[in-house]
Amino acid sequence: MRYLPKSDSERRQMVDACGVTSAEDLFSHLPEAVRLKRPLELPPGISEYEIVQYFRERASENANGYSTFLGAGVYSHFRPVLVDTVVERGEFLTSYTPYQAEISQGTLTAIFEFQTMICQLTGMDVANASMYDGSTALAEAAMMAVRITGKGRLLVARSVHPEYREVLSTYARNQGMPVEEFGYLDDAGALDAEDLERKMDGLTGAVIVQSPNFFGIVDRVQEAAEIAHRGGALLIVVFTEAVSLGILEPPAGADIVAGELQSFAIAPSYGGPFAGIIATREKFMRQMPGRLVGQTVDTRGSRAYCLTLATREQHIRREKATSNICTNQALIALMATVFMTVYGKRGLRELAEQNLAKSHYLANRVKPRFCGKFFNEFVARAPGKEPEPINKALLKKKIIGGLPLGRFYPELADSMLLCATEMSRRPDMDAVGEVFA
Amino acid sequence: MITKVRPHPSQNEPLLFERSSPGKLAYQLPELDVPPVDAAQTLGAENVRAAIEGFPEVSEVEVIRHFTRLSTWNYAIDHGMYPLGSCTMKYNPRVNEVVARLEGLAWAHPYQPPALAQGSMEVMARLETALAEITGMDAVTLQPAAGAHGELTGILLIRALLEKRGNPRKKILIPDSAHGTNPASAVIAGYAVEHVPSNPAGGLDVAALERIVDADVAALMVTNPNTLGVFEQEIIRVAEILHGKGALLYMDGANMNALMGIARPGDFGVDALHLNLHKTFSTPHGGGGPGAGPVAVKKALEPYLPAPRLKRSGKKWAWDYKRKRSIGRVRAYYGNFGVLVRALAYILAHGGPGLRNVTVDAVLNANYLRRKLEPYFDLPYTAPNMHEVVFSDSRQAQKDVHSGDIAKRLIDYGFHPYTVSFPLIVHGAMMIEPTETEGKRELDQFIEAMTSIAQEVDSDPQTVLSAPHGTRISRVDEVTAARKPILRWKP
Repeated sequence: MRYLPKSDSERRQMVDACGVTSAEDLFSHLPEAVRLKRPLELPPGISEYEIVQYFRERASENANGYSTFLGAGVYSHFRPVLVDTVVERGEFLTSYTPYQAEISQGTLTAIFEFQTMICQLTGMDVANASMYDGSTALAEAAMMAVRITGKGRLLVARSVHPEYREVLSTYARNQGMPVEEFGYLDDAGALDAEDLERKMDGLTGAVIVQSPNFFGIVDRVQEAAEIAHRGGALLIVVFTEAVSLGILEPPAGADIVAGELQSFAIAPSYGGPFAGIIATREKFMRQMPGRLVGQTVDTRGSRAYCLTLATREQHIRREKATSNICTNQALIALMATVFMTVYGKRGLRELAEQNLAKSHYLANRVKPRFCGKFFNEFVARAPGKEPEPINKALLKKKIIGGLPLGRFYPELADSMLLCATEMSRRPDMDAVGEVFA
Repeated sequence: MITKVRPHPSQNEPLLFERSSPGKLAYQLPELDVPPVDAAQTLGAENVRAAIEGFPEVSEVEVIRHFTRLSTWNYAIDHGMYPLGSCTMKYNPRVNEVVARLEGLAWAHPYQPPALAQGSMEVMARLETALAEITGMDAVTLQPAAGAHGELTGILLIRALLEKRGNPRKKILIPDSAHGTNPASAVIAGYAVEHVPSNPAGGLDVAALERIVDADVAALMVTNPNTLGVFEQEIIRVAEILHGKGALLYMDGANMNALMGIARPGDFGVDALHLNLHKTFSTPHGGGGPGAGPVAVKKALEPYLPAPRLKRSGKKWAWDYKRKRSIGRVRAYYGNFGVLVRALAYILAHGGPGLRNVTVDAVLNANYLRRKLEPYFDLPYTAPNMHEVVFSDSRQAQKDVHSGDIAKRLIDYGFHPYTVSFPLIVHGAMMIEPTETEGKRELDQFIEAMTSIAQEVDSDPQTVLSAPHGTRISRVDEVTAARKPILRWKP
């Protein structure tokens, strides 16, 4: 087999060296009762050619040649060529977690740059080396806030991504962390500050909001921060559309920022792998989950990087660790790092401006349901038309429409979430407008 | 910083921020085909940020040079053997990268209509079936993003089942040889952790277990083969003890590379286990992820699996969200799909008989190393080992040379170090897992390196103590890094 590098004679020599007559003898100590006495019921191995064919066929069963207006946490942005050029290098692709600093400076330096850029982007002081994704980053941020405040109750906006809220509930359920929700304004689509104020109490450890929120609305982070802080809680701000940070004021009132970087050259890939981040204030640094890279020197005094503050982590602290996370999303974070480098200071702004222009062009053809200011997605409804028939009509034009919201928000069953990015073409947006009309 | 003193591969390379200079570009966007909008007007002036202070400004050529130079400072499997015990650093087939990037798969949006995602769903269904067969379990969820995430999911499933039976119970038992993630995961699932001491042979102490397991115990988390690479001989009895007291058996499947086609956890009493696709199933570790940590369970736990679940509806796949007893989601969407594609490609390449050959070769490699290194290093546990072998530095420690020093010296010989100081039950542990993708020549070179270092410890310990010598940077000061953390660049 092509992945097994031994010839029969080499295998023979090794078996002999082990003092057994066959490699099978190395399993002879296994109790009879645990042994599988038949071959695995899986077909025999196939060639590289057949593997490619198999997956080409599967790919052809998915959408091909469609344009899309889906967002809702996963966005269609162009992936600069250099991103894959870099991550396909075996030195990055096939290396392990950089515990051995002397032979991992490439990964360590790149992570240090990543942490720096995430700080610059979010306005926070420190950022970790990545989390699994935005949804688990949020759950980890909530646990972190509870550790810091010693208060277990969590107040989360209904305008936070519904699947993120589901993940939060799963994590919180068994840790004495009751989760309650507060509403959004029927007209603006922004968080309902009065409802939040009403629900705040002395037991609340964190208030959780998203901006731009699930409806695409630039949310009232500062207002939420004031209410949270007045009540002795931390404010966690979530983002799912990282490109928005190219143009939007970073969440200055946040104590912890938890986000998803999929927009930064990470393919939608049917939902993963993506990369989440947690960034925070310096004073909360030692309560952060996940890996951190720090700057130091070697014995000769040269600048060097290494994994640091490991006493927070599971391999040292075991049941007292800040999180159980071990493997994170290093290679995906590297994709985001290359993306941020390619676009840079000017490019990320220009990219965000293009998204803004496209989404507002689309919104001029499809009336937004909410009056709040939005970045690149918004909620739309067509009077007298349900989302499903609209999407059906669009599919005939090779367009995947918006996300019908009824599954997550019964009160918005007549609406869909539409997203336009720099990749949305004007004729397609005109076509959406026609179907909505 | 000196700007150029050495050939490219070892040349100094500034950080991106130090390379930046105003006005340099590495991108060009297409001409906007719609009217531009005024940001302040559209978003409100108070919501529009100033330029991102310090963000890079470099040209395309500099981007490629920068990251390529950084890459040359890494060791990687493509360079050579990576004998990290418990990490299963095997060759990452490149065809897996190609198929994961096929446009129809890579650009599938998780919310695109199921009718236009049948290919993705078929890939997931086929992988679930294959993993169930390999593990001998009844159902598989592909949602967890990595091993520790799978552990958490598995323990939440156990908790949900026990709650349904009337009492979630209070604690999880974990052997003292276990991975650190095990206790950390159990705590997030709301359990107290009780450590179970190993017996003198390094395995589970069955007699002690029999005494400890009571009505408060929800489950035992066991790694099998354990972190010494030793198969738990009495695993069936262990399962009986737990089941007899209404508790469950969870298995950390990190070492599944030792069992494929040989023995199946489902057949020896395991109720739930996670797999690390980035270990056993060859998906690249990428410098620390992404991974994937599917969880396989017995029928009794199936109703509790994270929603949504794949279901067959006529001739099509559909997502079933109506799962009343589900523990809920453990992440958004359906899992690290791109990693799942790679793992399935690996399973297809080997096929059923091939996966068994993988295990046989992995175990042969570890035993070959054991035979050849035993004369030079102390083997604290002598039970037959499977895919990995754990030595201790006790002989070398007499000369004040420790596992960590020998590991650093290995770098000078062109190898990545083995796993240092784990498992905790071995003082000065040297944990070696070659995997099946090392040939005899590579193994012989490794043996030569290790025996040579053993001799150096006797003749010239200082050389070992100050290693590595051939790397771009020497040993780093980790203490200062932790004491005065610098976690970001500042001008």
